[in-house]
Amino acid sequence: MADSALEQLKRDGRIVVVGASLAGLRAAETLREKGFAGRLTMIGDEPYEPYDRPPLSKQVLLGHADAAHTVLPRRRDIGAEWKLGVAAAGLDMAGRRVRLADGEEVPYDRLLIATGVRARPWPNQAEAELDGVFVLRTRDDGAGLARRLAAGPRRVLVIGAGFTGSEIASACRERGLDVTVAERGDAPLVGALGGVIGRVAADLQRENGVDLRTGVMVTGLEGDSAGRFRAAHLSDGSTVEADVAVVSLGAVRNTDWLAGSGLGAGPRGIACDAGCRAFDIRGIVTDDIFVAGDVARSPHPLFGYQFLSLEHWGNAVSQAETAAHNMVSESTDRRPHMWVPAFWSTQFGINVKSVGVPSLGTEILVTQGSLAERRFAAVYGYQGRVIGAVTFDNARWLEFYERQIEITAPFPPPYDTVDRRPEGRHPVPADFPDPSVPTHGPTITLSGYSPADRRMEFTPAGH
Amino acid sequence: MTEDILRRILDPAGRANPYPLYEELRRTPVYHAGEGPYAISRYHDIRALLHDPRISSDPRNRTDSVGDLLAGGEEEGSGTLPPAFLRLDPPEHDRLRRMTNRPFGPPHAPRRVDSMRPELDAIVKELIDGIGDPGSIDLVEQVSYPFPVTVICRLLGVPQEDESRFHVWAETLAANLDPDPDSDPVERAERAQSTRMELGMYLAGLIEERRKHPQDDMLSQLAAGSGSGSGPGAGSGFGFGSGSGEDGSLSTMELLSTAALLLIAGHETTVNLITNGMLTLLRHPDVLADLRADPGLAVPLVEELLRYEPPVQLLPGRTTLADIEVRGVTIPKGANLWLVLASGNRDPERFADPDRFDPYRKDVQHLGLGSGIHSCFGAPLARLEAQTALAELARRLENPQLVDDPPPYRQNAVLRGPRHLRIRCDGVRK
Repeated sequence: MADSALEQLKRDGRIVVVGASLAGLRAAETLREKGFAGRLTMIGDEPYEPYDRPPLSKQVLLGHADAAHTVLPRRRDIGAEWKLGVAAAGLDMAGRRVRLADGEEVPYDRLLIATGVRARPWPNQAEAELDGVFVLRTRDDGAGLARRLAAGPRRVLVIGAGFTGSEIASACRERGLDVTVAERGDAPLVGALGGVIGRVAADLQRENGVDLRTGVMVTGLEGDSAGRFRAAHLSDGSTVEADVAVVSLGAVRNTDWLAGSGLGAGPRGIACDAGCRAFDIRGIVTDDIFVAGDVARSPHPLFGYQFLSLEHWGNAVSQAETAAHNMVSESTDRRPHMWVPAFWSTQFGINVKSVGVPSLGTEILVTQGSLAERRFAAVYGYQGRVIGAVTFDNARWLEFYERQIEITAPFPPPYDTVDRRPEGRHPVPADFPDPSVPTHGPTITLSGYSPADRRMEFTPAGH
Repeated sequence: MTEDILRRILDPAGRANPYPLYEELRRTPVYHAGEGPYAISRYHDIRALLHDPRISSDPRNRTDSVGDLLAGGEEEGSGTLPPAFLRLDPPEHDRLRRMTNRPFGPPHAPRRVDSMRPELDAIVKELIDGIGDPGSIDLVEQVSYPFPVTVICRLLGVPQEDESRFHVWAETLAANLDPDPDSDPVERAERAQSTRMELGMYLAGLIEERRKHPQDDMLSQLAAGSGSGSGPGAGSGFGFGSGSGEDGSLSTMELLSTAALLLIAGHETTVNLITNGMLTLLRHPDVLADLRADPGLAVPLVEELLRYEPPVQLLPGRTTLADIEVRGVTIPKGANLWLVLASGNRDPERFADPDRFDPYRKDVQHLGLGSGIHSCFGAPLARLEAQTALAELARRLENPQLVDDPPPYRQNAVLRGPRHLRIRCDGVRK
């Protein structure tokens, strides 16, 4: 009886959550809220209880908050057994066990994977280990970098001008530190928001005293005889002397531990269905393994069922709640994860917010305010519909644009709005970087000769 | 409907309990009759429209004849004040509101309201100490009116001795917000304009005085950044100059309009929040007892109160800038909208058991202070005033009882509240 199996699971089943950050915690709380009374185990590779990451690149770097004081507020007591400071190292899908780095095996009836991402490391390990070279993802990273900034370095080099890199540069300027930002693209934020907005971000950085170098790559980091970082070499032949380098080249999904497990996990995340159930490598959905947060890659009905992986705070919370609900529900009571992507950033005194998927957009129209004033709302269009929106210091309107995306409203918008300027009359190309640049993603290959013995094989990306 | 429902909502006869009328109105979520406005009564629709950039707060965008009258003079030298930010759209609204906010809230003055706590406590205490005969209290006259008026006067730097003068102006201007169908709109608009001008002249004198002798009040601070004087100085301790320098400075006329708006808003809203609050508590003695036992309950209680009995019942002055579809009804460009906040707050699509007053309600995201860019400017202050007054009244009034239920109401349908609230109690605790 399905009913009794579910009731039994809720009464005294075993649920294991791998990943003790935002998604893991909110999922655990939701499981208890939905009446799960069985055994709950939380596994996390960091030794800390769940903490909030957004402040790490903002208040913590400014010295306004201590990295140790960003613990996430708890919605309720979750009565879990915590295994912190020990990473999950393997998964036995058939035997329903998670293997930990210390050799312990933790059995489960239902598993939630919320292992998130880690900062993409500097590719040259010896250079990455120089004193003064940082990445920023964890509490320890934040504390270390904040300490170093407080000591007053001569110059900070930020490698990569995505959101994290731009926020770090902003914090440096607010602290009065000299900072150089090296970005491979033509402007900051181009990957997420395109060239039109990227140029606004570039002006903003330069006006605030950032030495912004675009269209360049950092080719090497150089240390002194004591192993301290002292300079970086750029692809244009120039050299930047600095005491601190922060590598902010995006994130790597924490799926290595699942290699060989048979789960559909790779560098782009763990594929799951709209109900957060993980796919195995054969493309068959599992019944007992769920995924949530940055590590998940799920089909979104609003965006042609494309598999999206979102490194967004709000997505982590929403997906965790949906996954947890579905873990303890009958199939007909399950819910799809339909969160509209949204994120925010604060840099150079400006509040940047976005909804939808701007990077799918081909055109952009400034519907309110003006780019020159750095106070505006702009919408992105894709095939005649509104697909995304961004605001600079104008967040109160975002709810409207979110709704426009949800109802697949036409682009360009056929209506007038308050604060429409001349630049809001005609859409212009959104100017995203060419997506055809080769990537080093994983591939699936078919092997075998007859339909009976054909297999799919997962080929991880080479480095 | 035999008689137009909007007329019945405006009719003072129904003022004591408009909620059954709103319930009737919600049956037609986009209500429109004849030449009248489009009335929106459902929570989600109102909320969406408050965040909709196709909606204007500037009456000049109205296609009917009332628009220009309401807008006030826009031509130079017309002898009237320019519109305040309540009746402007971005970018003018945003600029004026940002500049007005500099001495009032974050990021430049994050502790302003909180630092007023001891002063608020002292004012309430003094007013309650001053209650003479505990058997015959008029809460409006003795606490709910003088309290916020004292506070706004001190905050702005307006001498309270002049209260009797601007009391009349405030009442006239508040009445002008009320879409009274029986009065002549031209006459009303003219009266409102001359009143605003009188108030403006009065404030101009004060501002002149504050320019010469600055005090620690908002008029001095706003005046310092206005007129021909130096522009607003860069905020100290705030990293980037965002939202400051490029705004320029308030012109003297803008300053007068803004100061008039704050003075009126500080007068005519919180009084009703406090009075409605005490009335609601006296009708729910169990909650009153809970508040007496736990003054901390005042915080969620005031939120529920803003849902249950909001001091601003409806926003009658919004206009569509484009044809807009709401629930299958197309509202044409240039139409006048009424956003009936108090109805949205009782919408069963949004709130379970909406007619029940329940300060323990978990999810109380109400429309009582509006939402979007025009959401209540004074909200943090209004909340703190209501929390302070209600907690202190609950603690000190012994066995309070309502003398009349319902109490007599002011005529105004927009800024709705009792004219008097007579209470009898056994005594006043220390």
